[in-house]
Amino acid sequence: MPNVMIRKNDAGGLLFYVAKKDMEETIASVETDTSETWGGEVVLTDGSRWYIDPISPPPVFPTTLRFKRGDE
Amino acid sequence: MATLTRDEAQALIQEVLEAYPDKAKKDRAKHLAVNDPSVEQSKKCIISNRKSQPGVMTIRGCAYAGSKGVVWGPIKDMVHISHGPVGCGAYSRAGRRNYYVGHTGVNTFGTMNFTSDFQEKDIVFGGDKKLEKLIDEINTLFPLVKGISVQSECPIGLIGDDIEAVSKKKGKELDKPIVPVRCEGFRGVSQSLGHHIANDAIRDWVIGNRDGDTSFEVGPYDVAVIGDYNIGGDAWASRILLEEMGLRVVAQWSGDGTLSEMELTPKVKLNLIHCYRSMNYISRFMEEKYGIPWMEYNFFGPTKIAESLRKIAAFFDETIQANAEKVIEKYKAEYDAIIAKYRPRLEGKRVMLYVGGLRPRHVVGAYEDLGMEVVGTGYEFAHNDDYDRTMKEMGEATLLYDDVTGYEFEEFVKRVKPDLIGSGIKEKYIFQKMGVPFRQMHSWDYSGPYHGYDGFAIFARDMDMTVNNPCWNSMQAPWLKKDAASA
Repeated sequence: MPNVMIRKNDAGGLLFYVAKKDMEETIASVETDTSETWGGEVVLTDGSRWYIDPISPPPVFPTTLRFKRGDE
Repeated sequence: MATLTRDEAQALIQEVLEAYPDKAKKDRAKHLAVNDPSVEQSKKCIISNRKSQPGVMTIRGCAYAGSKGVVWGPIKDMVHISHGPVGCGAYSRAGRRNYYVGHTGVNTFGTMNFTSDFQEKDIVFGGDKKLEKLIDEINTLFPLVKGISVQSECPIGLIGDDIEAVSKKKGKELDKPIVPVRCEGFRGVSQSLGHHIANDAIRDWVIGNRDGDTSFEVGPYDVAVIGDYNIGGDAWASRILLEEMGLRVVAQWSGDGTLSEMELTPKVKLNLIHCYRSMNYISRFMEEKYGIPWMEYNFFGPTKIAESLRKIAAFFDETIQANAEKVIEKYKAEYDAIIAKYRPRLEGKRVMLYVGGLRPRHVVGAYEDLGMEVVGTGYEFAHNDDYDRTMKEMGEATLLYDDVTGYEFEEFVKRVKPDLIGSGIKEKYIFQKMGVPFRQMHSWDYSGPYHGYDGFAIFARDMDMTVNNPCWNSMQAPWLKKDAASA
């Protein structure tokens, strides 16, 4: 369950940054991304899957959230 | 020798790896790669930030070097105690040429060495009492000191001293920030973790100090220069460009910087990061907590400077954008003259780099402005995100080497035969004895500054006087030359 910092990049996409691993990836898709809720399964551009319980109302980025690995 | 093709470069790497035993070969193979600028994610072809192999020559430093030497050391109005035995502080004192203004020993302490000089009894009975005494002594002898940081050396972590408790107690007593930094040398694989620990210490002990204080007048054009350590005056050469654009530089991190500048940084509008590796952590934190955007910029060479100035200006209104164009225009005659003078002398020369932090990718543009080509580059302590950024800057089929060993670097140079090598002091004399022109690119070979338009003039002159130095034709003894001619 790593702490992940999510921020917007210059192009407007979301970056997924794990400080402990120095991992910085772009988020490819988010399961639920509406005006009420944000979360569910998150797929990164490198193919890895992560999960977070949907948050409502959606968080304001940048922020730090606690994710689960998708395969756990 | 012409530039290597992709296959030749691969073959060279294979050939160099042959010297290693199987296990070491397998490990080192992951750190050497041939660049392909189209690859988006470096982790597919190069592995970095791993422990060095025992038995090879590496030029990495330790966490203490990253924290005391790089991040904290240049903050001029604080005393940085090298807490532990005397050597670490003594041998790293003032080696990095972080210039500053002030009266050393009165209101600034940059080139001085403060240490608790651990003895056997301190290891056996603990050094907390000694640290308390030391802090009191510093405050008595140097009453203008604004704060103190305690930079732990290895034994502090090993014997389990509670420097946090001492710092809290003494900080309350003296009413000055006293910052314990857990940067024991054995932590991590290189100085990189030291940067991270130092950033975390700033986050925990410095950044929030003036959160409720509104006495500082904020302006619409406030920026902070982050990750510029003023080596040979670099930060000053960068700062004047930003100020000419109409921006107000509130803080310099950490070259020629002060504690109060750091405390005021959360009030700026934009953080400008030069050295991404050592200070991205704190910038990310400030973005999250205070909503301050950050951007990376590059002040090496006119092409990159113009690019960066425009990118910085894009964050602000039209006046700043117009000013940025004016600044570029103002210096155009100056840098065109430099290029006209040096480019014919340096055109087509090939460079190999092996440095740390930001230089292996940032100086590429400056070399290209002079018509030179970077044929190989590598970092001492980079992580994957650095290589992501590097691979776009570098040409097709150039060599990439992470944490290169002494043996590998020598072999690469023997085969690639570059016209110039830019690396550190530990490589300098080996390559000079091999007859290869060399610049020490950690502290600009005691020259500098290299940032900004002013720095570019010095950079071009230095490269010219190194590459075109007549001494490289006199590397062979005269009697050997005659022999070769007659044979």
